[in-house]
This record gives sequence, structure tokens and C-alpha cells, in this order.
Amino acid sequence: MTLSLSTPDFLIERNRDRCINCRVCVRQCANEAHIWDEEEQRVKSDDALCVDCQRCVTLCPTHALTIRKYPLEFRENANWSANAIKAIYKQAESGGILLTGMGNDQPYPIFWDHLLLNASQVTNPSIDPLREPMELKTFLGRKPEKLMMRDGKLVEDMPPQLELEVPIMFSAMSYGSISLNAIKSLAAAAEKTGIMYNTGEGGLHKDLYKYGKNTIVQVASGRFGVHPQYLEAGAAIEIKIGQGAKPGIGGHLPGEKVGLEVSQTRMIPEGTDAISPAPHHDIYSIEDLRQLIYSLKEATQYRKPVGVKIAAVHNIAAIASGIARAGADIIAIDGFRGGTGAAPLRTRDNVGLPIELALAAVDSRLREEGIRNQVSLVIGGSIRNSADIVKAIALGADAVYIGTAALISLGCHLCQKCNTGKCNWGIATQNPQLVKRLNPEIGAERAANLISAWEHEIKELLGGMGINAIESLRGNRLMLRGIGLSDRELSILGVMAAGE
Amino acid sequence: MLREGQVRIPSGCAISGIMNKRGEVFSGQDIIKSIALMHDRSNGLGGGFAAYGIYPDYPEHYAFHLYYEEQAAKEKTEQKLNSLFHVAESGKIPTRRVSSIRQAPLAWRYFVRPKPESLLEDESEDELVVRTVMHINSQIKGAFVVSSGQNMGAFKGVGFPEDMGEYFRLEEYKGNIWLAHGRFPTNTPGWWGGAHPFTLLDWSIVHNGEISSYGANKRYLEMFGYRLTMQTDTEAITYAFDLLLRKQNVPLDIAIATLAAPFWRDIERMDPERQKLFKTVRAVYGSLLLNGPFSIILGSNKGIVALNDRLKLRSLVAASQGDFLYVASEESAIREICPNPERVWAPRGGEPVIGLFEEGGNLV
Amino acid sequence: MKRVYAREEFCAGCKLCEVHCAVAHSEYPDDIIKAFLKQKVKPTPRVLVEENQPISFALQCRHCDDAPCTKACISGAMQKDPLTGVVINDESRCVGCWTCILVCPFGAVQRDAGGHKVASKCDLCSTNGGLPVCVQNCPNDALVFTDELWGR
Repeated sequence: MTLSLSTPDFLIERNRDRCINCRVCVRQCANEAHIWDEEEQRVKSDDALCVDCQRCVTLCPTHALTIRKYPLEFRENANWSANAIKAIYKQAESGGILLTGMGNDQPYPIFWDHLLLNASQVTNPSIDPLREPMELKTFLGRKPEKLMMRDGKLVEDMPPQLELEVPIMFSAMSYGSISLNAIKSLAAAAEKTGIMYNTGEGGLHKDLYKYGKNTIVQVASGRFGVHPQYLEAGAAIEIKIGQGAKPGIGGHLPGEKVGLEVSQTRMIPEGTDAISPAPHHDIYSIEDLRQLIYSLKEATQYRKPVGVKIAAVHNIAAIASGIARAGADIIAIDGFRGGTGAAPLRTRDNVGLPIELALAAVDSRLREEGIRNQVSLVIGGSIRNSADIVKAIALGADAVYIGTAALISLGCHLCQKCNTGKCNWGIATQNPQLVKRLNPEIGAERAANLISAWEHEIKELLGGMGINAIESLRGNRLMLRGIGLSDRELSILGVMAAGE
Repeated sequence: MLREGQVRIPSGCAISGIMNKRGEVFSGQDIIKSIALMHDRSNGLGGGFAAYGIYPDYPEHYAFHLYYEEQAAKEKTEQKLNSLFHVAESGKIPTRRVSSIRQAPLAWRYFVRPKPESLLEDESEDELVVRTVMHINSQIKGAFVVSSGQNMGAFKGVGFPEDMGEYFRLEEYKGNIWLAHGRFPTNTPGWWGGAHPFTLLDWSIVHNGEISSYGANKRYLEMFGYRLTMQTDTEAITYAFDLLLRKQNVPLDIAIATLAAPFWRDIERMDPERQKLFKTVRAVYGSLLLNGPFSIILGSNKGIVALNDRLKLRSLVAASQGDFLYVASEESAIREICPNPERVWAPRGGEPVIGLFEEGGNLV
Repeated sequence: MKRVYAREEFCAGCKLCEVHCAVAHSEYPDDIIKAFLKQKVKPTPRVLVEENQPISFALQCRHCDDAPCTKACISGAMQKDPLTGVVINDESRCVGCWTCILVCPFGAVQRDAGGHKVASKCDLCSTNGGLPVCVQNCPNDALVFTDELWGR
């Protein structure tokens, strides 16, 4: 074996004055970065194995541990960053594609942080959500252009809708990419808060059928776990074309993660790789998508909204318009910061569009074409807090998907090692020893708390603007002003500059 | 300074309305008195009136009220009108000198009927009129259509409403509905076209408030072809009524439930059928919900509707006496002209006051 | 009576219960670092995590209704409190004969490693009057303290 040129990314600092050698860190590190030295009768560490997930730091009963960026520095070079050099060392050793987990971490502009919200002063009153009703109820699905009524009665029912108490949903994360306990946490939190979670392309585990009315079942290119009961079980169906972290790329769940239950749920042999092709091989064009949409509607007697999830790419406005015309009831757009269980690093960091621009472009385009009410818009791809949600809705979204934020509420520390299956927080792993670490009762409470906390904050922000129903914010870009943006960006976002 | 339409200008206001349900006409004197009492609710930067039943000689003709800032605009406009319509009569709208009224534009009116050949395929006469109004307002510099409905007219400008009434000699007209508006804009260069009421065909709206949902309402209406050139709430509300009542034939109570929707907690208490109906209304027309404070009076040849926002963040009082129905921002403005009404009430938020002519049938 | 029950399916095997139990029954119950680093003899936990990964769970005295240890005790040190039901070893009377260890069906009694020859077992933290520290410090709610009969 030749010499590896890789150096550690992190430095584990152990305060020997505080370490009691209790070995909690040793037992908790699936990467085996902490080691018990039997001879010395004390704990030692191997920096090279540390991924900075902070499980040991959080559980250490004496706060003896700290993790730092490894201080070793390459000779300063504005062009060749340490990451660029280390990636080459890695590839020179492996000859393979660089893989990573979670979303794009590169310093692209974050447009949410260049948008400011309005508030009422004098000319109209702000509304106190503690005293007045503040309504966030949201319906996702196709809305007719007009209401047909005869003799004071509706002539026909509204097309099927998803009813959300808060305009937030947990985005698609499959059983396989995340643990059953993580999914149970999100499903129970969705039920508790009146929102939806999404199965991803992992099928629906038998324990999850009871959360059906809060479930969006996904149909993706591998068609894993799709059968009649599955389609009937959810409140809506989502066709997944792409995701923000890896537009144009399929999925690959390695065989070691396909244990008995994953295999049964996905309906594939145990231990085999689950490969989702890059495209759906029955969708090579928009008219094929229309066929699948209507096949799924037919299969479920037109009782459930059918959505289509796509990654934000350059021509997003035209693609979204096509999807609306193809008969989708909901379009979910995932921005380039969206998370993933595993993606090629170069794809994750270089392909796609910021969701803010994609959303603004799509909403404007659908309105120009007069078809915005035919379809609901759900966006995801790094919603970090309630203010991002308020801004997204003002730009034109009906609701948002949160994936990374939801996982953070369960304990994720964004170490970006989901693909290794060694998630120390019991989230992105199928190792039963690690999965146990996430108690779904605690998980459900934490995820539900996050939704409730954001619900309160959204109400506060709405009240400040003098708005008491979320629909009055939807697409209300007058409630936004841009700061530090070019004229071109302002015009794409459709907002005025701060001060105007 | 940018003028109305180029910039959004929030304002406070006074509104008042009187109608005779039997359709009997009465002079503009009362409405002037009523709105004048609420002098302090406006600041001299806008006042106006809408009057119905004032042109009995031309009940079937569209009465175009136009303001011209320059002679060239008048020529271009008349060219346009003559090409599309038969003009039965035209002339200057009578005014009198009022010391406080300055920089008044030339006010002209035309009674017209569409030439049959002007109508596009599937276009109704109303739609031709709307198309013409939009054309003049957006394409002919210095010309502005103040109103264009049948047997009605709007009179408005920069000044206190009572001065505007005097200027336009409204005591000489007799109408069966009178609406008045006094405006307190926070900033405006004072453009006569920007004063209220806002009209479209025979719809007219006077409005007090600043709706925080304007951006959402505007972008929804634009999907249906409306161009919101004035950037005012009043314009958006007018188009919302026009879309629901005229274009989509939605019943009046549903239109009202759209603009001032019942709260979800109230909907939850309804019987299942109504629950489903209101749920559908809110889901389908959520973007037309008017959020934030408003009180409005909608006028038409069929009658009036007065409405508050659902939280009742703006004042609105109603009263009735015999065949007369009164609505105003303040009770005093009603008692000023009808000291002892049979009934006085403050409508609840979202609860409309509807006055229809006995002979007039339905509002839609 | 209230007992500590283990929920095996959520036990992360971190053994924080052991760490905190040892501290609570050490010379420095309020100072974890001193308990481990200053006390001459390493403090002994009275709860033990049994593991054969992926299975693990914390086990401590079940405070049996009909506790064999109380019957076997030759000195009368091991007593079940008739009011609270807690089985406690009165260390001033314990002679260190280990009969209790022999008869305990759960292996929940140990020899005290603290130097004096007495049996050491869970007292449900009855001296602090609140939640047993193992339950309090379990990061995953894998231990519950309840009077309901838990599990099968």
C-alpha cells in the first residue's frame, strides 16, 4: 500500500482535566475516532477519523471534548484552496467520483438574506396574533378559475386538495436513505401539526400506514415500493423527476443498506443495490409525463392530487409551465441547496439554480400565462427559518418543503457523511445499533416543536404586515424589498429595492 | 414627484352614501352636506362623488366623463371615440368658480352608443367600453376617463369633497344613489385622475383603508387581464367585484364572502354543506381576500353594497329612514342629513349592508 | 410502586446511566469530575448496561415484591421498605457475605468496589427524593420511572 496524502479534516481536543475516561465517546463514535487504550487505561482519539458530527461532544458528561478545524494549512493560495487540493489527493488514491451528503455548501449568494419584509406603521394597523385570529391554513391542488354555482349551491366539487394547517411540509426522504425511526419521527410530527411528510422513493413501511392522511407517497424512477395500497395510502402522490442536490442524476442505495425491512418495503431482494435511473424510462418528454400523471390519477380514481417534483434548472419557468399544462396539481421545485443522502460532489456544488430565483421566475411565468391557479407551488432547497418561509410565500410559493431543517431538529449536525451510513445520530443509517439512538417519540416532539415555533413566528411576521390570512401574502411581492441586489436580480425576483 | 399610478400612495379617508330604494331621484345637496361634516377626515388632496340616475335623457348611452390636461389629448380622444361609437351629445361638464379649486383640467362628457362594427368577435358592448377606457387611460397622454357607465357619472378632483361638489354644481343634479369620498393621502402631487371614486362601467367604489393584501390581489387580477394602472386599493376592489359579479356570475353573497371571508373558526361551526361551500370559496378565491382595514361602498345601477373588512378595522355606520338607506364612515355624517333615522347600526366586520332598488332586481 | 423500566429499543448503549449513577453514589454526588478524578477508589455504578449489540439495556434492582435478597440476608441489612417498596441495603449492618448476590435472579446486586465490604445495589435514588439519576440523564428516554407495569 502506498502512502496516503490525506490529512485529517478535524482536530479532536480532549481536556484531560475534565475527561473522566467514562468511554461514552468511544461507545458513541461509529467512525471509531475515539479509542480505549486498555494499557494506559484512558481514552485517546484519532483525528483522521473524525467527521465533526459532534455526537461525542454533545454526550460527553464533563464537556471535555471540542472539535476544531484541523490547523494544518497549505501554503496560502487564492486559487488552490485546501478543499481543492485534498479532493485531488482523494481521487488520485481512489480513482472514483467524489461522493457527499446534504446540500451544496459553497458560498453562492443566499437571496433570502437579501430580501427584507414590510411592516405596518400608521396608515394601516398591524395585527396582534395573540388577540386576533391569524390564519395559515393552506390548500394544495388545482383550483378552478371560477366557482360554478347554481341556486346558491356548488355545481361541482373542488378538485382534490391537500389541506395544511401550516404551509410547511417535510420533504421527500426515503426509507433507506434515512432510518425508520427518522421517518416515524417526521410522520408523527406531521400528524401532530396538521402537515405532510413525504415517503421519498423508499416505499411505505408497514408501521407507517397509520399516518396515511399526512403522507405524500412518491413515485420515482426506480418505482420502488409502488403498489396499489401504497398509492391509496397517502393523501397525495408525487412524481419525482429530480432533486436540487443532484439534478439529472438518479439514486443509488447500496446493498448494505438494504436489510430485510428495507427490502420488503422497497420490494427488492435483500442486500441488492437499489438503483433509481437518472430519468424515468417511461418519461422522455413532457407528453410522457402527462401520461404518468393521468395513469396515477386513474389508479386512484381522481381522488388525490398528483404533484411533480423537479430540480431548479436553467429553463425552470418553461418546464414548470409544461408540467402545469401536463395536468400536475402541485409542482415542487427543489433549489440547488437542497439536501441529499448521497450525491456526486461536483453535481451537488455546481448544478442547478437558487430556489429564490427559480420560484420568482416560475410564479411570474405561470401568472403571465394565466395558469397559476391551476397548480400549487411548493418550494424547497434550504429553507432555514420562518422568515425564509414568509419570503418564499411572498415571492409566490403556496408552501415549502423542509428536509435539512427537519433533520437538524432531529439532531443532524450537517457533517455531510450521510452516504457512509455511519450517522451517529441515528438518522442517515440502517445500522440497528445507530438507528436506536433516535427515539421517534423524542424526534416527533422536536420536529413538531420546530413546526409550532415557526408557525408562531410566521404569525408574528404576518401580523406585523397587517395581514391575518396567509393567502393575502401569497405572491404579494410588495411586502418584499431587495437589498444589495443588482437591477437584473431585482427584476427576476420582481421586487423593488429597499428604499423604493 | 411621481403621480398616482406610478407609485402606490396610502391614504385615510371619509366615505358616505345615500340611496333611495324606490329609485326616486334627489339632489346632490345632502351628500355634500354629509361628506362636508367629515371635513377633518380628508386633507384637501382629493374629493369626489358618484351619482346614479342623473342622465334620464340618455339611459342607454354610455356616459364618458373625461379630463383633459391638454388640447391635443382631447382631439386624440375624440378621434378614438368617434371611430368606435356614435356620439349622441357632448359638451363641457358645467362648473363654477371655487376659490380653493386650482389647476382643474378640462372636464368634458360624451353620451355614446357603440357602433356595431366596432365590436370584436364575441365582444360585448361593455367589453368594448372597458377596452376603450383602458386604451385612453394608458395610451393618450393627458387624457383620463373618470367614468364610463350608463346613466351615471363620477365627479372628482384635487380639493376637499365639499368644494368639489360646489365646483361641479352637484346640487343641480338629481340622482337615486349618491356616493362621496374625501381623501387623506399621505403624499401625492395632486392629480385629478387620482382622486376617488374609482369607476369601471357602472361600478363605482369609494373606499377608506389600506389593504395589505394589495400585492396579492393585484397579481391575481392581472391573470384575468386587468391592468392596475392606478396602483390603488380602490381600483383593485372595483376589478375584484367586476371579475366576480360581471365576468364570473358569482352570487353577491359569495363575492362578499370572498373579499371579507369568514374566519376558519367560524367556518368550522357551520353545517357541513355551508362548510364545504365556504372552504371552497376560500381555497379558490384566497388571492382575492382583502386583508387589512377597509370600509367600502360599491355603487351600481342596481343598488349599493357597503362592506367592512372582517376584523372591522375601519369605521362604518348604516341607517335607514323610509325608502332611504344611508352609510357613512361616521354616524354624525348620517344624522347631519337625517337627524332621526328609524334604524342606525354598525355592521359587523365582513357583514354587508345591501341596498337594491325595488324594481332593479339582482345586482348581477 | 414506581420502578425504573428499560426500553431496550431506544438504548443507545452510551452508559451515561452508569456514569451518573456512580457519581450520585460517590463521595462527590454533585461533582462528576471530582467523583471520578479525586475520589481514591473509582465510584461504582449500581446500574449496569447489558449489551450484545445491537441489543443493549440498562438493568438495576427490580425491587421485587417478594424480594429473595431480603429473605436471604443473614444480618437483616437488606430490607424492603413497607411504605415505599424500595429494597435497601443498610450498609452499617451489611457484613459482606454475598448471599444476596447469590440469590438475586437479575444479577442486580454487586460487591462494592469502594473498599468497604458491603453489597451495593440500586436504591432508586431514594435519598434525593426525585427521579433516579439514571432516568434523568438518559439522553434517549430509554429509561422510564413509572408505577405502571411496563412492557410485557
